[in-house]
Amino acid sequence: MAGAGVREFKRRIRSVANTQQITKAMKMVAAARLRRAQEKAEASRPYNETLQGTVARLSAVALDVKHPLLEKRDEIKKIGYIVVTADRGLCGAYNTNIIKMANQSMEDIGGAAKKTVIAVGRKASDFYKKRGLLAADFINLGDNISYVDARAVAQYVIEAYETKELDEVFLVYAKFINVLRQAPTLTKVFPLEPPEESEGSAPHFIDYIYEPSAEAILVSLLPRYVGSLIYNSMLEGKASEFGAKMTAMGNATENAGELIGSLNLAMNKARQAAITDEILDIVGGAEALKK
Amino acid sequence: MADNTFMLEVVTPEDILLKEEIQFLVVPGSEGELGILKNHAPIVASLKIGVLKYKMPDETVQKVAVSGGFMEVIDNVARVLAETAEHGASVDVLRAKAARERAEKRLAQRVEGINNERAKLALQRAIARIKAAS
Repeated sequence: MAGAGVREFKRRIRSVANTQQITKAMKMVAAARLRRAQEKAEASRPYNETLQGTVARLSAVALDVKHPLLEKRDEIKKIGYIVVTADRGLCGAYNTNIIKMANQSMEDIGGAAKKTVIAVGRKASDFYKKRGLLAADFINLGDNISYVDARAVAQYVIEAYETKELDEVFLVYAKFINVLRQAPTLTKVFPLEPPEESEGSAPHFIDYIYEPSAEAILVSLLPRYVGSLIYNSMLEGKASEFGAKMTAMGNATENAGELIGSLNLAMNKARQAAITDEILDIVGGAEALKK
Repeated sequence: MADNTFMLEVVTPEDILLKEEIQFLVVPGSEGELGILKNHAPIVASLKIGVLKYKMPDETVQKVAVSGGFMEVIDNVARVLAETAEHGASVDVLRAKAARERAEKRLAQRVEGINNERAKLALQRAIARIKAAS
């Protein structure tokens, strides 16, 4: 039968075109959300930078400050990983790359120390739940990360570290470089290492008055510093997620276009073959009548 | 612009709440209230949960509820960093009062431990917001 092959092709082309429309829309949505996420990251910069600068300056002044969050443990029995991923997939290798980096680090360090995971985002939560490593998870936070979400995570790890539930804590997330590149990053959270004073920042020979004292202020700022570290990583993670999604959906749209092209070609070939067959039939029939 | 003014910035992780030229600033320092005028010496002070008050060049007084943090004054710029901050005018008084009642109820149950601490902090925050609104 002639038309059947062609109809089958038409059906498939229509279905691919529908998918293409969806991926195209998802790409545009991701682009809009990426812009919002970047604006949020931008808005948090003054807070983060001032806090970091002050913590750095204070720890340069208050040398002999003792705080449970700064204390290094001799024996590391349990290591915690805060793994920041997305709640959803369809963003290329974004989630996989982060989880891969966390797993690599778990193999590389700590030897026999027990590793547990504090998952931020459903993908990490699902992955580590299956492997029995999940200690806590923070999921369904939505696309609009608020500082309150980050503080909840910070409170959990601070408590876990202070009660010696964990002896070391790492943070794994994807740093946003640009739409095409997101770099999975691993940083140490606990024991807390105060940031170094960066070159060219406010010189510390300025004689500040510390009220009540440099040590006391530093101690009160450390938990906030942890909060801002985690908030920052979650914002970077969101921007990275949407960057990765844009790229993935852009590729999907392109692939769908290519597929439609080759299906069209195949369909036309099938149509021509069917016509040729019919002509041959007619010619053959006419020849037969002549005899 | 009057020449006795200086900059006040209130910065939270989510945005810069305000950035204004002001005449006089009172912050809830952890050891008591601190007043800041123009040409104050460089200072870093930790803040407790409370109400920050400032006087605008036109003599009107504004209030902001802050949830602790710290303030840094240098070169006539006072920068207040707080995890949350809210203009007195935009405080939802009903919600703040509900939060106060919730915290009071929880405190009345007298369970020791972290939840108790949290309820205390929540109560202080609610009171600060109510005060800022009045």
